[in-house]
Amino acid sequence: MSSVNARPKSAVFKNLSAKIAAVPMILTAMVVFLGGTIWTIVYSFTNSKLLPRLNFVGFDQFERLWSSARWITSVENLAIYGALSLVFSLVVGFLLAVLMDQKIRFENTLRTIFLYPFALSFIVTGLVWQWLLNPELGLQNIVRSLGFTNFTFDPLYDANIVIYGVLIAGLWQGTGLIMVLMLAGLRGIDEEIWRAARVDGIPTWKTYVFIIIPMLRPVFITTLVLIGAGIIKVYDLIVAQTGGGPGGASEVPAKYVYDFMFGAQNLGQGFAASTMMLITVIIIIIPWAFMEFSQRRSR
Amino acid sequence: MAAVELSGAGPRGPRPKRTFSGRNIMIYGTLFVAAVYYALPLYVMIVTSLKGMPEIRMGNIFSPPMEITFEPWVKAWAQACTGLNCDGLSRGFMNSVIITVPSVIISIAVASVNGYTLANWKFKGADAFFTILIVGAFIPYQIMLYPMVIILRQIGLYGELSGLILVHTVFGMPVLTLLFRNYFTSLPEELFKAGRVDGAGFWNIYFRIMLPISLPIFVVAMILQITGIWNDFLFGVVFTKPDTYPMTVQLNNIVNSVQGVKEYNVNMAATLITGLVPLFVYFVSGKLFVRGIAAGAVKG
Repeated sequence: MSSVNARPKSAVFKNLSAKIAAVPMILTAMVVFLGGTIWTIVYSFTNSKLLPRLNFVGFDQFERLWSSARWITSVENLAIYGALSLVFSLVVGFLLAVLMDQKIRFENTLRTIFLYPFALSFIVTGLVWQWLLNPELGLQNIVRSLGFTNFTFDPLYDANIVIYGVLIAGLWQGTGLIMVLMLAGLRGIDEEIWRAARVDGIPTWKTYVFIIIPMLRPVFITTLVLIGAGIIKVYDLIVAQTGGGPGGASEVPAKYVYDFMFGAQNLGQGFAASTMMLITVIIIIIPWAFMEFSQRRSR
Repeated sequence: MAAVELSGAGPRGPRPKRTFSGRNIMIYGTLFVAAVYYALPLYVMIVTSLKGMPEIRMGNIFSPPMEITFEPWVKAWAQACTGLNCDGLSRGFMNSVIITVPSVIISIAVASVNGYTLANWKFKGADAFFTILIVGAFIPYQIMLYPMVIILRQIGLYGELSGLILVHTVFGMPVLTLLFRNYFTSLPEELFKAGRVDGAGFWNIYFRIMLPISLPIFVVAMILQITGIWNDFLFGVVFTKPDTYPMTVQLNNIVNSVQGVKEYNVNMAATLITGLVPLFVYFVSGKLFVRGIAAGAVKG
């Protein structure tokens, strides 16, 4: 071992305090994160009901999962919510950041307004938007009272569009963060690049599309991963805003897991569903890790 | 368009000459519309919470209250019912304080020592544990929930306050450890070496050299943890009992209870009260909050 502080001591006692201090970290990493994940995967192949039991039934739980209408709805909702959330977060976040980067006045005030929802919990977010989208007294009523008496926008009571009602709330809470990260990226770009583009007579929008956005690739990837990891975990927002309704139309996988583990006392289903969530994350993370890793190598 | 020098981070360059150019109208117009979208819910929350129910039924959620009443606030705080308890959000507030304060302190203490170890006292295998930790930050909590329940049951802390504190310490560890590791790594190595030359050991260097110069990063970590733990719902609902539910869980139970007539003003007052603590942290900490979330954004 060639540590900077190497002294001729026996290997075990070297840095003993450091090793003792690292015990919580080691336990967390090995027991909870690694051990817990493996445990759940293993038990997702059992028919555990009220209590976890090692009675293996192969892929039964997964077959049941994928033939459950509720799970299919959950996955569809997550796909719609996820795709739209990604697109809108990136587009809105980037546009706002570009506008904020035009040497405008009131920048601090605007940033404060855009970002404050991020400080609030998903519970608060969901409840506020539940109230705003209330069909009798909320936004719909306001627009109707302006004369558009046929105006209809009651996503929380319409199974077909309920997930868009959740999306509006989710974007309200999260886009401020994306804007801030993008703005930090824009501020990190050398002013020389702008000068050079101007000297060459390249229009501003072209500079953004062909020069700035490619330069912001790392920021885009980071935000992409952030949004992606957040989407999978969507739970509190649904619980608060719709409770999964109307009629289960806004269910999501995380809620499925919770309900089966702690509500329906069907642990096996809960484990299988959470294993599917893990697989989804792995599918998202691996390409990113690969890109990051190969990038670092080429540097 | 005049070429303007960027002076520092702020928009403090010379102002563009034509204030009312089409370009400016477009920029400010768009930003204004966006600002309305973001600010509106807070405004509606505030005005709704100050109205009486008859006024709310008249149906304009945007109109300011004709007659300001603080009754919904009093009711939300002291009388709103969840299940059999009718002592309002004050119970949840106290629970959240009791949960948040020790969780913040303990999670930061543990994570800062982790970061310090990883930066200055790296032992064989330390990086492997750290990698698992960081990967763990991306794994959905759902997959580790039940194993955590079992662990807490085994050590007799399931449903206890100390159990929830442990949960927050464990699941806050990846982001905080990363935060502290990066900070301690960025410090000049001479500081650490000087301490070693003077014969100071692991804890001596940590407490006498590292801690005093790391105040900013501790503040960032605190902002991150206070808002994160206060806003937590999932761990609260899984690892506590109804008597010790944190504020978010109680709030959800109050507002989404199916019994009785919906009192929207009380609901909004309750929602606002629950949001006050993180909002306060946000408005007071300003730029540090941005730093904190940029660092903690990994949590997702």
